Amino acid sequence: METRAAFDEVWGHSSGTAARAEFETLARWIAETPAAELHRRQHAAEAAFRQLGITFAVYGEDEAAERIIPFDIVPRIFSASEWRKLERGLEQRVTAINAFLADMYGPRHILRDGVIPADLLLANPQLRPQVAGVRPPHGVYAHICGIDMVRVGADEFYVLEDNARTPSGVSYMLENREAMIRLCPELFELFAVEPVDHYTDLLLSTLQSVTPRAGTEPVCVLLTPGHFNSAFYEHSFLADAMGIELVEAADLEVDDDIVWMRTIQGRVRVDVIYRRIDDEFIDPLLFRPDSMLGVPGLMAAYLAGNVTLANAPGTGIADDKAIYSYMPEIVKYYTGSDAMLPNVQTFRCREPEALRYTLDRLETLVVKLVDGSGGYGMLVGPTASAAEIERFRAALVAEPHRYIAQPTLALSTVPTLTEAGIAPRHVDFRPFCLTGAQGVKIVPGGLTRVALREGSLVVNSSQGGGTKDSLILSDSPRRRQAPVGALRYAG
Amino acid sequence: MLARTAASLYWLGRYVERAEFTARLIEATMRLDLLSARPAGTGAWESALAVAAAEDGFWLTGSTIEPEAVTAYLALDGANPNSIRSCLDAARSNAKSVRTALTREAWEAINRAWLGLRDRRAAGGAAATLALAERLRAEARGFEGALHRMLRNEASAFVRLGAAVERADNTARLIDVKYHLLLPESEQVGGPIDRDQWTTILHTVSAVTAYRWLYRDGLKPGLVVDLLVLRAEMPRSIAASSEEIVALLGALGRRLGRQGEADRMARLRHATIGRATVNGIIAGGLHEFLQAFIAENSRLDAAIAHQFRFLA
Repeated sequence: METRAAFDEVWGHSSGTAARAEFETLARWIAETPAAELHRRQHAAEAAFRQLGITFAVYGEDEAAERIIPFDIVPRIFSASEWRKLERGLEQRVTAINAFLADMYGPRHILRDGVIPADLLLANPQLRPQVAGVRPPHGVYAHICGIDMVRVGADEFYVLEDNARTPSGVSYMLENREAMIRLCPELFELFAVEPVDHYTDLLLSTLQSVTPRAGTEPVCVLLTPGHFNSAFYEHSFLADAMGIELVEAADLEVDDDIVWMRTIQGRVRVDVIYRRIDDEFIDPLLFRPDSMLGVPGLMAAYLAGNVTLANAPGTGIADDKAIYSYMPEIVKYYTGSDAMLPNVQTFRCREPEALRYTLDRLETLVVKLVDGSGGYGMLVGPTASAAEIERFRAALVAEPHRYIAQPTLALSTVPTLTEAGIAPRHVDFRPFCLTGAQGVKIVPGGLTRVALREGSLVVNSSQGGGTKDSLILSDSPRRRQAPVGALRYAG
Repeated sequence: MLARTAASLYWLGRYVERAEFTARLIEATMRLDLLSARPAGTGAWESALAVAAAEDGFWLTGSTIEPEAVTAYLALDGANPNSIRSCLDAARSNAKSVRTALTREAWEAINRAWLGLRDRRAAGGAAATLALAERLRAEARGFEGALHRMLRNEASAFVRLGAAVERADNTARLIDVKYHLLLPESEQVGGPIDRDQWTTILHTVSAVTAYRWLYRDGLKPGLVVDLLVLRAEMPRSIAASSEEIVALLGALGRRLGRQGEADRMARLRHATIGRATVNGIIAGGLHEFLQAFIAENSRLDAAIAHQFRFLA
């Protein structure tokens, strides 16, 4: 990876001599806005985030230790044509994910046809045999997917990870945009930027479209574990923007396989639940009996077809890291065409040859637990200590099936405001894809996460990463409106 | 609206009101102690603890009664469930869990007040304490302002209902304790200490000027009781709080299409207060009247919780 410098989204590989053609304007904006002014605006944005309580709780610390995720004022920009390609690829991918889930919890043709080893799926801890044979309303399983992407060159985007359970971060996409419009309005005069603020409208219509009861106005709710959850801000933000109730388990009760919420006027029947609680916790009767977060009987109501759960229980099988390496085959199998968005090359350590390859090159690879997340349980070879590498070597030998390995990618960089001025920092990107009864919809935007430490490739917020606004440029540049008088005399 | 949401909003209203009242109480006690004709001393601080129902808790801290220790206990002590800090913690926690029912402005007012107190460890001297109390009152005003700009829907009604129930309780407790604890046996009614103490009560509820407007007379205990118990145009009076509770329950009932036991109790109480006179109250015993009111208020609180299914 060290043979060439990382690709910079603005400068390309030219390391600062000339911006890529589409981004000259942004380069000029960065050059012409004094760093002190950028710092001032950035602090104003972060102060506003703190005041609004856009925070995430850090587990194990008290409430006073709530943190805001650092925000970077220099946006990341996609050209219209870049986005069009991504959008088509994403649509293809989430279509395949839903087809795969329908097949796995249905006839399982893909196993019969030998596309994926059966044991990988049947022994997978994410498989929920409890929902086998249950077709969710309108056949949609993964209503909300966050697809993590990285970029290494002008036309080289890779999918790093699929998130098909309860992906978070979309509130940052929306709040970051608000902050940018307030603090850097001139950027939106320089560029015609595609709007993102209709995301919550789309999310609501997606949820409404999959109601199990035709003919009545669907009652949708958002189910949260409560305000101690690290993503609670997002839960309340989304419920608020959609105008639906934000419920906790105690607000729901199941009677005769029908879900009700307790209101000041009595019970109201619930049709669609956007749940932000993991499978294991949603119903103590069917899953973890020790969970206080869940609603007893919820799964029975789901199995009876009386309520829609978004995302459906069992979607974890589609974003499992061990399954991920087969996504190109999965996409091809269900859509009939090659995957438009490639995977990062992945070595499945359960395969002896891949394990040998991995063990030989630990110091150049990234090794991940197949069921890990949030940057935990991960080895970044090039920056790891010798002791860490040896610890992973032992773990890999003992339980190879729990790991995958990937080459260390030269993630693209984006100019970022640092103490020492503007400097390149590595980024990734998570767009959010909605699937309802009427197909896939993707708002032009997403969450760009940025590794704030120099050279670091770790962008997780729990590991000190920050976020940026992601601007998708429109194809038809907004034309400045001529003054009314000029129009009148124009002809 | 979810029953849990309604309960959180109601308690949000109560806690913000309680935090503000405690700030006013500290400020007024400090005035009494520092500015009165003769130093009021420990008696003033003892009665402040009594009004806040914090005597036993303070005694357990092992501190002696002096301005800084009492102020710290009433304002900042996390072990005191009714300290300003505890109230703001509870208010913010309630506000956070029902953010979807509040406007941004209302949430920000709570969060700002909470942030302002979060890192405060010591009460500081008199000047710092007065500044702190002033800031908290400003935050409470900001919250009230935000509340009045919210939709006139169930959400704002529940917050205001909680505030009114709490206010009725606070005012009753304030009059009761000050009236009976502060006047030393040897003092003449109408003497300087007595006058200072009645002024303190009026200060606590921001009613000094109101008193002068309404009565154009020197301080007379009977008139103070009239003002704080019976005058509905005085926002913190028992009569005004009772009236507001009736109105808010009525508004909720109209929106929800039903009424219940809480409405009946509130209306009955309001009618009783409407018929009462100062002379009648004092003849029957002011203390007995206030104790009965406080007990009644607590039953009303329980009826509200039941009527709106606060308890799952």
